[in-house]
Amino acid sequence: MMHSAADIPLWAAVVVAFFLLVGASLTLIGAIGFLRLPTFYERIHAPTLGTSWGIGGIMLASMIFFSIASSRPVLHEILIGIFVTVTTPVTFMLLARAALHRDRAERNGNVPEKQGSSEEAEPDSVPSA
Amino acid sequence: MLPYPLLTLSLIIMWMLLNGFTLGHFVLGAVVAVFASWSMASLRPDKPKLRKWHLLPKLFGIVLYDIVRSNLAVASVILKGRPEGHTSGFLAVPLEMEDRTALAFLAIILTSTPGSAWLEYDSGDRTVLLHVLDVIDEDQWIEMIKSRYEKLLMEIFE
Repeated sequence: MMHSAADIPLWAAVVVAFFLLVGASLTLIGAIGFLRLPTFYERIHAPTLGTSWGIGGIMLASMIFFSIASSRPVLHEILIGIFVTVTTPVTFMLLARAALHRDRAERNGNVPEKQGSSEEAEPDSVPSA
Repeated sequence: MLPYPLLTLSLIIMWMLLNGFTLGHFVLGAVVAVFASWSMASLRPDKPKLRKWHLLPKLFGIVLYDIVRSNLAVASVILKGRPEGHTSGFLAVPLEMEDRTALAFLAIILTSTPGSAWLEYDSGDRTVLLHVLDVIDEDQWIEMIKSRYEKLLMEIFE
């Protein structure tokens, strides 16, 4: 049986609202950072707010709300969290390595040289960080 | 018969989370999971070895705590700007571990922790290039990654 949003107990409403607001605010802050931070490499940090506790908070709120509203455990949101967490590094590395490749090719900024590459640096040289 | 028991189990759990915890869905999910893990076996990936799986909850605890902390730290950097003397920069971290699963775990941990991003890993000299949003002392960062995550991951996987 499914209750409407107004029927759930107050304590549950407070907990759900808390997690929902935390998740939504972190995602918003991440989006603001994505817009405002100056360089590409700094910008890629901002959306991780949304993919860590942004998604986490909204996921928890959804799990609590639907578990209580339908009087049975509703846990499948956890899969969204798991898959977002596991797949984010793939896109991040793709974007980051594309940016590194472009910056190295155009010699933009102070991007570290390719580590241990035989064409550009000595194999045993320590890349400057 | 079951080349990847953990994969099979996770697929059954996923099936039941999506479709409901009933006996019928357990049977159907088990059939799907067994066939899926056979097709996985024909791809012949490296089989990850979990040596000390009882340390996994400890790792998850540490990572969850660090993610909360760095979420707040990065949110404050975005809203208020970086404190005096802090910069963002590249960081080359030499790693001792070589196990692919452990490296994948470390990549997930460092990416989902806001403030540090995994840029590229070189299996030739076993160094990973990171970008860190808010860094004061580079050596302290490297030390933190090695002692906090790498040691534990090496214990679990190698």
